[in-house]
Amino acid sequence: MIKVVAFAVLSLPLVWLCIAIAADISNPGSMLGADAGETILFHLGDWGIRCLLLALSVSTIRRWLKIPKILRVRRMVGVFAFTYLFLHFLTYLWFFAGFDWALIGEDLTERPYITVGFTALVILSLLTATSTNGWQRRLRHRWRQLHKLVYLAASLGVLHFWWLTKDGYGEVLAYGLWLGVLFVDRWLASRAVNTNQLGVKA
Amino acid sequence: MLIKRPQDIATSEITQESVFHSRRKFVKSLGLAAGAPLLASSLRANVPNVDEELTPESIVTSYNNFYEFGMDKGDPARYAHALTTDPWSVLVTGEAAKTGRFAYEDVIKGLQQEERIYRFRCVEAWSMVVPWYGIPMKQLLEQFAPNGNAKYVEFTTLYRPSEMRGQGSVFTGIDWPYVEGLRMDEAYHPLTLMVTGVYGKSLPNQNGAPWRMIVPWKYGFKGAKSVVKIRFMRRQPKNTWNILAPREYGFYANVNPAVSHPRWSQASERRLPSTLFNPNRRPTLPFNGYAEQVASLYAGMDLTRHF
Repeated sequence: MIKVVAFAVLSLPLVWLCIAIAADISNPGSMLGADAGETILFHLGDWGIRCLLLALSVSTIRRWLKIPKILRVRRMVGVFAFTYLFLHFLTYLWFFAGFDWALIGEDLTERPYITVGFTALVILSLLTATSTNGWQRRLRHRWRQLHKLVYLAASLGVLHFWWLTKDGYGEVLAYGLWLGVLFVDRWLASRAVNTNQLGVKA
Repeated sequence: MLIKRPQDIATSEITQESVFHSRRKFVKSLGLAAGAPLLASSLRANVPNVDEELTPESIVTSYNNFYEFGMDKGDPARYAHALTTDPWSVLVTGEAAKTGRFAYEDVIKGLQQEERIYRFRCVEAWSMVVPWYGIPMKQLLEQFAPNGNAKYVEFTTLYRPSEMRGQGSVFTGIDWPYVEGLRMDEAYHPLTLMVTGVYGKSLPNQNGAPWRMIVPWKYGFKGAKSVVKIRFMRRQPKNTWNILAPREYGFYANVNPAVSHPRWSQASERRLPSTLFNPNRRPTLPFNGYAEQVASLYAGMDLTRHF
């Protein structure tokens, strides 16, 4: 049940996008505006980073709100994040780079916000590919280590957003704070575990 | 009663402000309608008309970067109605014989309004084609008789956070008011306009009412909107985006596909409307296609350094 609800809620940005695209096919500009590429790019980027931060928040929410069941949707949230961010990348390729590989090469090497954004996407594709139960078994303890890279990906995602912001830092500040709270919570939690272990040993 | 003897009494002394404003608006609209056929054609020497499809009016007036009203492109159209543009005045200072505060209508009185169809290229790599009308900047500025020391001219946008909600935002790095500047020879170039209207109508608030600068061979941010101050200067003025991010935005800001920007390649642009199956990407032209008219202004200058 919780999975069905989560799937429905997480799909909403995609549903909106499909409706907007359908509307724009018959009546260009009606929902996607004057610059369809930018609208889609921002929409997918926004929801991608929100889902990514949400995926990272699952364990914190579980502990704070004491809902153990929520852990079951963590993988799904992560896969949604990757889906949105991958579509975000495709939008960039189509509207902004026009599949011009020389331009894409220039962007990747000369525009740091694109470099970090792309790096985050590469990490997330690796994590998505290894997110299945099969890979989890195959990689054993190394799976946990590998999937800690999600913290790096989220940090690079926020950095990407920060560096591309021309002005108006409200939104990126909110994401930065969100990520900051998660890091502090992890640190406190791990300290608590360590102290416990020490206590047991003594 | 008053109408019978208007010559005896100054209208401003007896007319209620609201009546005065509505009457001015009425007269303005009449003037525009009657004046439209009289607008000078822009097919004059040195002023080429753009023979490309116009960007629809609905886009020109709803897709705007005017951070005074918010960061979103839709914010200006959403919130600019709060702006009062009547009465409007301009403060002229610096290296000129006629300085002081002047009423907007006195400044534009008697000046020829011309229609000009220009490409408009934003540094964010989108562009439009817009039928502006306005006053050649040279005619406007010459009224103030700038002296020989005037090498540059600075334009300042209104600062009025009570009506411009973006100016009250705590998340902006911009130190209001918005300032821009030109070299005098750039300001005096026949292509440079002080725009008072678009699509045959008075300039909407979201586009910088009552008047804004348009310098078609430069990126759009050079065109300060809702101008309230003009200052003639000996030295190069600062400009807002250059203050905010000097590595990204220069003083000159000439459209130049060869000079890459840290955020956007400037080699191409999306001509709006840019739709799903027709992104309308096209190569960006040097000086936005006005090289023939303006390249000589920059002869001998290293444009990669003076970007």
